[in-house]
Amino acid sequence: MLADKDRIFTNLYGFESPFLKAAKKRGDWDGTKKILARDQDSIINEMKESGLRGRGGAGFPTGLKWSFMPKESDGRPSYLVVNADEGEPGTCKDREIMRHDPHKLIEGCLIAGYAMRAVAAYIYIRGEFVHEAKVLEQAIEEAREAGLIGKNACGSGYDFDVFVHRGAGAYICGEETALIESLEGKKGQPRLKPPFPANVGVFGCPTTVNNVESIAVVPEILRRGGSWFAGIGRENNTGTKLFCISGHVNKPCNVEEEMGIPLKELIEKHAGGIRGGWDNLLAVIPGGSSVHMIPKSVCDTVLMDFDSLRAEGTGLGTAAVIVMDKSTDLLRAITRLSAFYKHESCGQCTPCREGTGWMWRVMERLCSGEAEIEEIDTLLEVTKQIEGHTICALGDAAAWPIQGLLRHFRPEVEHRILEYKKTHNAA
Amino acid sequence: MPTLTIDGIEVEVENGTTVLQAAEQVGIEIPRFCYHERLSIAGNCRMCLVEVTPGPPKPAASCALPAGEGMVVKTNSQKVRKFREGVMEFLLINHPLDCPVCDQGGECDLQDQSMAYGVGDSRYKEKRRLVKEKYMGPLIRTIMTRCIHCTRCVRFADEVAGVPSLGAIGRGENMQITTYQEQAFQSELSGNVVDLCPVGALTSKPYTFKARPWELTNTETIDVHDALGSNIRIDSRGRAVMRALPRIHEEVNEEWISDKTRHAVDGLAKNRLDRPYVKKGGKLQPVSWKEAFDIIAKKLKGLSGDQIAGLVGDLCDAESMYAFKALMSSLGASVECRQDGSKVGAKHRVGYLFNSGVTGIDEADACLIIGSNPRKESPVLNARLRQRWLSRKCKVANVGPDVDLSYKVEQLGDSAAILKDILDGKNDFAKVLKSAEKPMLILGQGALNRDDSPAIINLAHDIAEKYGLIKDDWNGFNVLHTAASRVAALDMGLIRDGGVKAILEGAEKGDIKVVYNLGADELDTTKLKKAFVIYQGSHGDEGVRHADVILPGVAYTEKPGTYINTEGRVQRALRAVFGPGEAREDWTIFRALSEVLGKTLNFDDIAALRQVMEKDYPHFGVIDEKPDEEWADFGVSGKLSKDGFTLPITDFYGTNPIARASETMAECRAVMNGANHTEGATGTNG
Amino acid sequence: MSVKVKNAEKFEFTPENLEWTKTQLAKYPENRKESCVMPFLHRAQEQNNGWVSVPVMEYIADFLDMPYIRVHEVASFYSMYNLKPVGKHVIEVCTTTPCWLRGSDDVVKACKDELGIGFGETTEDGEYTLLEVECAGACVNAPVIAYKEEYYEDLDEDSTRKFIRDLKAGVAVKPGPQNGRFKSCPFGGPTTLKDMAPKGATFGGDE
Repeated sequence: MLADKDRIFTNLYGFESPFLKAAKKRGDWDGTKKILARDQDSIINEMKESGLRGRGGAGFPTGLKWSFMPKESDGRPSYLVVNADEGEPGTCKDREIMRHDPHKLIEGCLIAGYAMRAVAAYIYIRGEFVHEAKVLEQAIEEAREAGLIGKNACGSGYDFDVFVHRGAGAYICGEETALIESLEGKKGQPRLKPPFPANVGVFGCPTTVNNVESIAVVPEILRRGGSWFAGIGRENNTGTKLFCISGHVNKPCNVEEEMGIPLKELIEKHAGGIRGGWDNLLAVIPGGSSVHMIPKSVCDTVLMDFDSLRAEGTGLGTAAVIVMDKSTDLLRAITRLSAFYKHESCGQCTPCREGTGWMWRVMERLCSGEAEIEEIDTLLEVTKQIEGHTICALGDAAAWPIQGLLRHFRPEVEHRILEYKKTHNAA
Repeated sequence: MPTLTIDGIEVEVENGTTVLQAAEQVGIEIPRFCYHERLSIAGNCRMCLVEVTPGPPKPAASCALPAGEGMVVKTNSQKVRKFREGVMEFLLINHPLDCPVCDQGGECDLQDQSMAYGVGDSRYKEKRRLVKEKYMGPLIRTIMTRCIHCTRCVRFADEVAGVPSLGAIGRGENMQITTYQEQAFQSELSGNVVDLCPVGALTSKPYTFKARPWELTNTETIDVHDALGSNIRIDSRGRAVMRALPRIHEEVNEEWISDKTRHAVDGLAKNRLDRPYVKKGGKLQPVSWKEAFDIIAKKLKGLSGDQIAGLVGDLCDAESMYAFKALMSSLGASVECRQDGSKVGAKHRVGYLFNSGVTGIDEADACLIIGSNPRKESPVLNARLRQRWLSRKCKVANVGPDVDLSYKVEQLGDSAAILKDILDGKNDFAKVLKSAEKPMLILGQGALNRDDSPAIINLAHDIAEKYGLIKDDWNGFNVLHTAASRVAALDMGLIRDGGVKAILEGAEKGDIKVVYNLGADELDTTKLKKAFVIYQGSHGDEGVRHADVILPGVAYTEKPGTYINTEGRVQRALRAVFGPGEAREDWTIFRALSEVLGKTLNFDDIAALRQVMEKDYPHFGVIDEKPDEEWADFGVSGKLSKDGFTLPITDFYGTNPIARASETMAECRAVMNGANHTEGATGTNG
Repeated sequence: MSVKVKNAEKFEFTPENLEWTKTQLAKYPENRKESCVMPFLHRAQEQNNGWVSVPVMEYIADFLDMPYIRVHEVASFYSMYNLKPVGKHVIEVCTTTPCWLRGSDDVVKACKDELGIGFGETTEDGEYTLLEVECAGACVNAPVIAYKEEYYEDLDEDSTRKFIRDLKAGVAVKPGPQNGRFKSCPFGGPTTLKDMAPKGATFGGDE
C-alpha cells in the first residue's frame, strides 16, 4: 500500500480547507519560483523521466505531449487547456481535486503552461460541477491576488493566467478537439485530425489538452523529482493514481494508490470488499464505462495499470472501477451504458449517430430476451462496424462495453433469449 | 509534392492534396456523401474510408487525409468494401424506402451507392426515425426523414451563400437540419442546396412530382437572367421547360446558379405572346403575320430614318439584335440598347467590360464597388467575391447605398464625391488600392445611369490608371452589367445620341413616329403613346402596354443564340423547346419583314446570319474566351451630382418579363422581401 | 449578415448580469467573443426562470455578433440548457450504470411518487420539474440527485423521500452524502490520510 507520505492529494477528501492558506500548509506553491527558473526543456525532461502517462484515459506520455508544442512562436500564442469535463461513467476523481485541492491544479497549470510556453490556461469544467467551479474560481482569484499567477507569476517574470470555462452537459466535450470547439463557443463536435491541437488548437493556436489529474500532479513531481514518481508503480506504469471504486462494494470511495496495485487489494483494502464477499463478485469494469468488463477470474489477479489491463483486453482508462456482484443483471448494466452513449453521441459521424441507437435498441430487446440468437452476432458486427470508423473514439467507447459483455458472458445473453422463448411459447 | 501509391498506381500530387483528390487524379472514384469540392471538409459521412499504411490500424477518411510521401492506399480491398457496406447500412437503417415517390429518384447519390454497396435486405428491426418537415422557403421542399446529415447544405449557407441561417440542432440521432426557427433560407442562391443534397431530403419545391429525370430532354445552354451568362441545362418534356439546372463552368458560374436563373422558368409558360396582334379601334385584335407586316409596311412608308427608332431589351441574343440592326439600318434608322438610361459609351470595349474576368476576382486583393449591389445584380459573381473576401486576402469597399452583400465591406459613403477623394488620395481606401498588387473596381449600373455618369466613368478611369488597376497582365477596371444582351449590343454600337431619353422625348414631341421595340420592358412606355409602337417579344409585359402591333418572338430557351456576358465572353445557347403558337425566332421575323419592306436581308438561315455577323464583328465567333482589351481613354470630366446612387435592382425576383410572369418568383418576392413565413415553425422545441 | 427576424418578446440582461458579462469577455481573446456563448446562456437561463427562450438566444446572438442559428445549435446541443419552461425546482436524477447499481431505481421511484410526475414533466403548480440525467460524475457517492448547483449523494428510497419532503416544507437540506458519510471517503472512516481527518468528524456507521 502506498504510504501517506507518498500521496500527492493529501486533501482528497476535503478534510481541510481547499483554499490558499491551508493549501500552502500542505506544501502547495512551495518553491514554484525556483521551478519556473528552470528552462522549459529541463522541466519537460523531468516529466518524461517521471513516466507520467495521461490520466484522462488514453495514457499518452505527458512529457512527450508537451514536447510537441512549438518552441518558438510564429506569432500565435500557445495555450494549455485542462480537461475537467469529467463525465465518464464511474469516474469522479477530478471533481475531488477541484473542490478539495484546487491549488494543485492551478500551480500545475502555471508550471505546465510555462513548460509549453503557453500564455494562459483554460480549465474546461463540466457544467454540472457548479460547486466545484465556484471553489476553483475562488482559488484562482486567491492565487491571482497573491501574485502566484497573472503578471509576473510567483515573481518569475513570466505572465500567465488561468481561466475557468464551464461546459453545459455534453460527455463528448471530454474529447479534446470537441472540448476545443466548445471552448470556442460551438457545438462540441470533434475535429478532424490532422491538424492536431499542438499545431492548430483553440483559437487556431498551438494547444495542449491535459487531464486535471495529469496537471495537478505536476508540481509535486517537480518538487520531489521525476525519479521519485517513477519509483512508484511499475516500469511504464509509474506513479500514484486516483482510483474511483463504485458499484457493489461495501464502501465505495475515491483513493490515491500506487499504480499497479492488484484490483483485489484495491477493493478489499479501501472499498471494504465486495458486497457479500469476494466470491460474490461477478465482473468489474476497471477503467470507466468505455472499457471491456472483466470477469471475476481475471479480477482475482489483475494489476491496476495500463499494461496489465491491456494484456487482459481491457484498459485502465480513468481508473474508475465499477464493481458488479452476482445479483447484477449485466445485460441491464450494459444496456444502460448503451443508452448513455446514444444520448451522448454528437451526431456527426454516420456510424456513431446511427449505430449507437441501433445497438441500444437491440440491447433493450436482449435485456428482455425478445430477440433471436442470430441477433447477437449481428450486434457484434454492428459494434465492429462502428469501432475505428468515426472521427473520435466515442464510437469505440460505445462498442467496447457490448463487446466485453459478449466476450465474457455470451451464454447468459443466449440464455435470456431462450428463457423468453420458453415462457412465451408456453403461454 | 508527395508521391503515393493508390491501388498500385503511383501518383505525385501537389502539397495539400487529399487522398480522395489524389485518387481522382488517377481515375479512381472514392464514394462520398459529405465531401464536396467547393465546400469545407466535414469528414462526417465516413463513406470514403480507405486503408492507409503507414498509420494507425484503423481506416482513414480519404476526404480529410492529406496525401503523404510514401503512403500506400487501398481503395478497393475486401476490407474497404466492408467499411463501405457498413457505413451504407447505417445510412439506410433510418432512411425511408420511398424512392418511388422521391423526386431525387434516378439522380440520387444514396440510391446509386446503395446499388454498389447496399446489402440486399435490412438487419435493422427497430422502429425507423421519423423527422418532421422543415419550412425553408418557397423553393426548397424538405423531407427530413431522408436526411443523412452530411451538412452540405449548412456549409453552403455559411460558406458560399454567406447567409448562415441553416444549422444542425440537437445532437446524436436526434440531430436535425433546419433553418433558424424554420424561416425561409433568404439567399438568392438558396436553390443550390437542392443540387448539393445527396439524397431527397431537400428537393425543389416548384418541381415537386413534376417529372422523372429519365423522361426529360437535357439541353446545355446559357442563362439570360443576368449578365454573367451562367451555364445551365434546360430539362424539358415536350414543349414544356421543366427545370433549369447549373452546368459547371469554372470561369463563369462554377456550379452555382441564382434562384432566378433556376426558378423563373415557370414564367416561360405564362403571359406568352403566341400570335401577332394589331390595335384596331383602340383594341388589340389577333391578326395574321401577313396582315401585321402589311400594317407595319404601310406605317413606315415615307418615313425618314430619324423618324424611326429601335429599342432592344435585356434578354436579346446577338443574332436577333444583328438582324434588327440590319433592318433598321436599311430604313436609315438606329437602335438603342440602354433602356435603363445608362450613359455607358460603346466606343472603347475596355470601357464597358468586366475586364479582370470573373476569375480575376480570385486574385484581386482590393476591390472598390461603385454604384452596385452585386448580390442582387449577379448573385453568383457575388458569391465569388465573397469567397475571395473569406480568404482574407481581399479588402472590399463600397461607394453607394449601404447594402448587405453577405460579407463585410468597408462602407465609404453614398456619394460620387468620394471617388474624387480617392483619386486625390484623400480617402484612406486610396492607400489600399495603391498597395494592392491586383486591385479592381466594379462599376455598377447604378453609377452609369445618372446625368453625371460620364464624369463618374472618367473618375473610375483615372483611379484605375493612378492606382495600378491597369498593368501588363492585369486589368481591374470592371463594369458589372445586369442585362444579358448589353455587351453584344454595345459591341454592335446599338446606341443613339441622347439614349433612351431622347427616344421617349422624341416620341412625345411627335418627332419620332415609329418605335420598334424588341423586348424592352424595363421602361415607362406611357411616353410612347403618341408614336406607332411595334413590340416584338415573348411576354405580354410593359412593352405591349401602348403597342400598336405585337409580333410574337420566342424566349431564350426556344432559340439558338449568341450571348456575350459582362466579361465580353461569347457563349452559344441552344434551343431546348419550341416557342408557343405562332411565335417565331426573332431574326426570322426581321428577315420576313425585310422582304415585305423590300429591303430583303442577306441571310436565309442562322448559319448565314452568323457568317455575316462574324464578318462584321469577328470576335462574335470566338467562343468562350475572356477577351483582353487594350486600355484606352474614355470618360468625360464634369461636375458631380450630390445625389446618392440609385441601384439598378430593387426587386431581384422581378427584373424581366419572364421573372415577372413567374409565380415562383412572385412567391419568393412575397417571402424573401417581406414578412417571413412561419407556418409549421416549431418555436423553441430544439 | 445573419438572418435576423426579431421575436416580439424581449430579453435583456439585468444591469448586474450586464456588468458580469465584462468579466467573461475579458477571459477570451478580443476577436473570440463567441466563446462567451455558453456562459451567457447559463446566466441568461438563470435569469429567465430556468430556460432558454427564443428571445434569449437572439439577445445573446446579437450581443456576441453571432448568427442566430449558431446560438440555437449550441443551446440545443448541450443538455443543461432547457429549451422549454421548467419548474422553480428542477430535480435531476442520475440513472447511469454506477448509480443504477447502487439503487437509482429506488430513488427514481421515490421522486415520482413524492412529486406525482414522471421524467421530463413539471408539476401542475409549476413548482417541480423532474429530469433524468446521464452520469453526474459522483459515482462513488451513488446514487445522486443534482439540485440547484449541489449534489445530494448516497441516496436510497427513504432519504430521497425525506429530501423531497424537506424541499416541499422549505427545510434546508445539507448537500453531499445523505447517509452520514464524509464526502467520498469510505463509509465508516478513511483507509488513508487518517492523520489529516479533522477532529470530531463523523464518517457514518457506528462511529
